[in-house]
Amino acid sequence: MIIGALLGEGWAAMLANRMRTLLTMLGMVFGVGAVIMMMAIGQGAELMVNESIASMGSNLFIVLSGSTSAGGIRQGSGTVPTLTLADAQAISELPEIAAVAPNISNAAQLIYAANNWSTQVSGTTPAVIDVRDWQVVAGEAFKDSDIRSATRVLLIGQTVVRNLFGDENPVGKIVRVKNSPFLVVGVLAQKGQSLDGRDQDDTVLVPITTAQRQLFGNQFPGMVRMIMVKAKSAEVMAKAEQEMNELLHTRHRIHADKDNDFTIRNLTAVAQAAASTTEAMSTMLGAIASVSLLVGGIGIMNIMLVSVTERTREIGIRMAIGAKNRDILLQFLFEAVMISLVGSFIGAALGVACAYFYSQINDTLVVVTLSSVLLAFGVAASVGVFFGFYPARKAANLKPIEALRFQ
Amino acid sequence: MPMTRPLISVSGLYKQYLVNVPVLKDLNFSIESGEFVAIMGHSGSGKSTLMNILGCLDTATAGHYYLQDRDTATLSSDELAMLRNQLIGFVFQGFNLLPRSSLLENIALPLLYAGKSKAERREKALLMLNRVGLAEFGERRPNQLSGGQQQRVAIARALVTDPKLILADEPTGNLDTQTSEDIMKIFQDMNEEQKITIILVTHEPDIAAHAKRMILVRDGQIESDQTT
Repeated sequence: MIIGALLGEGWAAMLANRMRTLLTMLGMVFGVGAVIMMMAIGQGAELMVNESIASMGSNLFIVLSGSTSAGGIRQGSGTVPTLTLADAQAISELPEIAAVAPNISNAAQLIYAANNWSTQVSGTTPAVIDVRDWQVVAGEAFKDSDIRSATRVLLIGQTVVRNLFGDENPVGKIVRVKNSPFLVVGVLAQKGQSLDGRDQDDTVLVPITTAQRQLFGNQFPGMVRMIMVKAKSAEVMAKAEQEMNELLHTRHRIHADKDNDFTIRNLTAVAQAAASTTEAMSTMLGAIASVSLLVGGIGIMNIMLVSVTERTREIGIRMAIGAKNRDILLQFLFEAVMISLVGSFIGAALGVACAYFYSQINDTLVVVTLSSVLLAFGVAASVGVFFGFYPARKAANLKPIEALRFQ
Repeated sequence: MPMTRPLISVSGLYKQYLVNVPVLKDLNFSIESGEFVAIMGHSGSGKSTLMNILGCLDTATAGHYYLQDRDTATLSSDELAMLRNQLIGFVFQGFNLLPRSSLLENIALPLLYAGKSKAERREKALLMLNRVGLAEFGERRPNQLSGGQQQRVAIARALVTDPKLILADEPTGNLDTQTSEDIMKIFQDMNEEQKITIILVTHEPDIAAHAKRMILVRDGQIESDQTT
C-alpha cells in the first residue's frame, strides 16, 4: 500500500473518533512534555555547576605547605611555611604546567574614606589571572616589576568594590591596608560563588613580595602558604601531579620513609564529582519521566486493540477486496504511530513552554537542546511502533471470512 | 468437452466446522468462463459456505478447488488476497461499503490494494461510478444513499479491477422488488456484454430465474444442476 494512502487512512481513523484519539494522545503529550521539561531542568543544573567549576579555573592543583608537629600534636596544612617562591618557580618549569601562582593570604581591614571592610588579602603573582581564568575589567593587573620591587598596589574584587566604593570608580584611588596606603590598579571580574558557597569576589590581590615583607611579616622570607598550579590540559593532570610530587621530594630532601611536608590537591577531581552528581540527577529525572512515555504507549496499545475489535468487519471487507495481511498490518501500525507522533509534537511544544515558565518563575537556568527534543520524538515513534505492533498484527492475522462475518 | 479448461473446477469438496458434521459433502462441478450460475438452496443448505470457498475467503477441509487451473489449497494467504483482488469481485447482501469513506474512495479501494497510482485510481473509480449512474454522488458517504444505490456502488467496486468472476451473495436480499429487478438487469448486462462469469447465491426463485444455469444445494450436496 502507498504511504500517502496510509497517512490518509490513519488521519481519517483519528478524526473518526476525535475524543478517543485526543485522550489516547494525552498520554504521549504528558510523557514527551515531562521528558523534555525534566531534561531541560537537569541540563540547566548541569550548566550552572559547570559554570561555577569554570569560575574556579580549570585543570587546577593546589599545593599546600606542610603541617607543624610539636610533641605529637599535628596542626593543619599550611601551618608551617615549607613552600617557597623558588619551589613555585621550579614547578612552573615542568613541561605539563601552564601557569603557577604562589599565594600567601590573610584577613585584613581595608579603609577607604569613611568606609572600611575586612576581607581576604592574597599576595600572589600576575600569573594568577591566567591560573584562575580571572579577567581584569577595569584598570590593569600588576606586573612582574611590581613583584620585584614589592610595590603597594592591589587588584580589587567586586564585593569589596561594592562595600568600599559603592558607585565610585576605584581605579587610581588609594586604599589603606593595615595602615599602609595601596594604589588600586585594577578591578577583577565577577566570579560569583564557589562550589562550597564562598564569595569569590570578596578578596583583594597584592604582589606576593608586598604581602610577605609589608603586610604579613614573616620570619622566613620567601615562604608561601600555597601554590596554585594550572596544568596544560585535563589529560596531563595525573602526570603533572606525579612530577610535582617528585620535584618537591627532591627539593625538600624528604627521605622515602618520611611524611611529605606538602600536600597536592587536585581541584578538578572535586569539580568532576559535583558535575557527575548533577549529571546523575538529570539522568534520573529523564528516566522517571520516560516511565510516563511507557504508560502513554500502553494507552495507545489499549485503544488500538479496541479499535481493531470494533473494525473487524471493515478489516474483513478490505481483505475480501484484496488487502494482504501486510496492508492491514501497516494500516493499523501507521495509525498508532501517527497518534503517538502527533501527541509527542504537542507534548514537545508543551514541554518547552513549561520549561520556559519554570525558568521564569524560579529564575533558574533551563536548557532545551535539540538532541533532547529529537530523543523524545524518537522514543515516542518507537513507542508507537512497539505498542502498535501487537494490535496491528492481531488485525492482520484475522481470517477473512471470520472478520467479514463479525457482527 | 471444450478445449479450454473451466474457470472453476471443484472435485470431492468437503467442508466441516465441527467434527463429523459436514456442511459440504463431496461436491463435484465445474463452471465455464462466461456462465451465469445461480446457486440456490434454503438457509443452512451450505450455499453460503460454498460461496465463501469459491471466493477464496474460506478454505475447504478436503477436496480440490481449482480457480483458473490453480489449486487454491496450495496458495498462501497473500496469493489468495491477490486472486480476490484481481480475479474476483464480491457483491454482498449487506453491501459492505466502508461507512467513513466516500463512494469514490470505496470504489477505488481495490485498486489501492492492486498498487495503482492515485490518478489511475480516481479515473477508474469515476468511470465505474458513472457506469452505475451515480456520477454526481462521488463525494457522498454510503449512508446518504438508498439501498439500491448502495448496491450499485458495491457493484461498481466489484467491477473496478476488471475481474473474471463476480460472486453475488443474496445481492437483492435487502431490496424491494423493483430495485431488485434493476440490480439483476445490471448483472445480466455485464454477463452478456462483458462476458463476466457470475455466480449468484439466492433463495428466491424469481431472482435465480435471471441466471442461465441453476445449481440446487440441499444439506451440503448438489441436488440438481440444470441449464435453462
